[in-house]
Amino acid sequence: MTAFLAGLLGRLPIGYLQLTHHPGRLLAALAGVAFANVLVFVQLGLAGSMAESVAIPYRLFQPDLLIMSPAESETLSDASTLPRQRLFQALVHPDVTDGTPIYMGRSTWISGHDASSSIQFFGIAPDAGAFVHDALAAPLISLSLADTALVDTLTRFVDMRSFAAAHPEAPVPFEMQNRQLGAIGTVSIGGGFGGDGVFLVSDQTFFHLFPQRSAATPSHILLSLEPGADPGRVAAELAQLYPPDTVRIRKITDAMDQEVRYQMTERPTGLIFAFGVAIGVVVGIVIAYQVLSADVADHIREYATFKAMGFRQGFFVGIILEEAIILAAIGFWPGLALSELFYRSLAYLTNIPIFMTPDRAVAVFIGTIIACALSGVLAMRKLAAAEPADLF
Amino acid sequence: MTEPAIEVTALDHFFGDGEARKQALFDVHLAVARGSLTILMGPSGSGKTTLLTLMGCLREVHAGSVRVLDQELFQSDEITRIDMRRRLGFVFQAHNLHDSLTARQNVMMGLQVHGRGDPKRHVQAADHLLGLLGLGERLVYRPGNLSGGQKQRVAIARALASNPDIIFADEPTAALDKVSGLAAVRLFKELGRARGTTTVMVTHDSRILDMADRLVTLEDGRIVEDRAGAARDA
Repeated sequence: MTAFLAGLLGRLPIGYLQLTHHPGRLLAALAGVAFANVLVFVQLGLAGSMAESVAIPYRLFQPDLLIMSPAESETLSDASTLPRQRLFQALVHPDVTDGTPIYMGRSTWISGHDASSSIQFFGIAPDAGAFVHDALAAPLISLSLADTALVDTLTRFVDMRSFAAAHPEAPVPFEMQNRQLGAIGTVSIGGGFGGDGVFLVSDQTFFHLFPQRSAATPSHILLSLEPGADPGRVAAELAQLYPPDTVRIRKITDAMDQEVRYQMTERPTGLIFAFGVAIGVVVGIVIAYQVLSADVADHIREYATFKAMGFRQGFFVGIILEEAIILAAIGFWPGLALSELFYRSLAYLTNIPIFMTPDRAVAVFIGTIIACALSGVLAMRKLAAAEPADLF
Repeated sequence: MTEPAIEVTALDHFFGDGEARKQALFDVHLAVARGSLTILMGPSGSGKTTLLTLMGCLREVHAGSVRVLDQELFQSDEITRIDMRRRLGFVFQAHNLHDSLTARQNVMMGLQVHGRGDPKRHVQAADHLLGLLGLGERLVYRPGNLSGGQKQRVAIARALASNPDIIFADEPTAALDKVSGLAAVRLFKELGRARGTTTVMVTHDSRILDMADRLVTLEDGRIVEDRAGAARDA
């Protein structure tokens, strides 16, 4: 390694030799960097999981445009209902080929052991297969049977194994909202931060489950457009058809992105995760700074000797950055491994969509290098104490 | 007559500011011939180390003139002094070896100050120097595994590695036994004869005084005696 680094740096790898000369101290430093990495990864993982759980319900549908009520319209689940009349008004537009309302409601699955799960219900017409994800189109048709549902096998806190064989011809019975239902198939969606699972039912079954809800007031409206029609233009033209501030029309991907951004930047949870990332970065910088500045202090006479010999400032900057990068590059990997273990454990225990992404790993690696380099820059101030004249 | 390696004229030096200001050197005049071995002597606090550091480009010259290898140091900037130091070699009483580096690597640092170079030649040069100083069997030993005398010899090898024009040494023989001390000073003398390397040394070691070309004694910041040494007389 020494020869490799010497070839790379064009000089003896003083930083590497200094670090490896004290293995105990090096291990402690690497543990510190790894710990800071785990902190950052955990917060980023939770934030990413929240973003993913926000996005999952949107991905069940694939309309060209989504119409929501403007009230609380930053989120899919919290938005107010809107009149179904908005659908009929939209269908007047020449570029709108079809539309369907969707209904959303929340209920509680009682497991019987003081445990319960919050279930998000989506009610949609069984013949609206064109508006749902391709994998859902076929099972959706089966929901035309009254009081049937597609149940989520990843529902948190519920043993869903008994639903594995659910089939339209052999429904698996269960009870919710004081009503007997039959599971005729499964989906694998999973819970997030706002609920524990997602069940799909027909619009008619939805009204059985939520009798206070009316077909006239859907949660949202999905529209499909003529091939080649510009969704942005159609959305703007549709907005002119409605009274001001009565609807919000967007592409569903835009709505999803906006809700993710909203949840991450304006809701407390997102801010807490962002704060956690900042804490992790600060902890990492402090740990790396402590290690590097202690190392400079320990070698102050040697540095002063190098100054006396005629080495310039760039040489010392190089040594400290070399140490910083080595700490970052080595400390990152145990941090990554521990974080992966944490993600898997959390995903197993909670069913939230938390997993390592290559983008996140690369970003944290680069961030670790930058944070350690920044620590090195701060530690360089100690070099001023290396006064060669004091050596005599 | 050749230019002296070092020429000090009307040199004053101060430490501190205001009421705490203390003058360490008073009107010092000194010319050191190229290739010579000059020994600075004097009691503690006499100013010999201050003079050494000023001639060694390690301090800023406040008043007077210090010319080293034809470079005026009065009002010189830090970059100039750093560049000048690359032409000098230093041997410190406390050796100041890098504890993470082997003997060979410590000596190689004396070569790497001049740039990348050929690593194999650096290794060969370091090994050769350490061999000359009787450390051929200790090339890959770190300072922690060397005796005080061995460390000092590594420090001498490091100072000599870059073929300096002038060597400044502070009690270089203090940690060495008589034989090693004399061998080290003989090496300085030999370098003076062969390469014209000038050596300025602060020492209290009476065993080597008669090897000096010149003996300069300072007291209270002034040169009180400046005479030819026994070697010069011989």
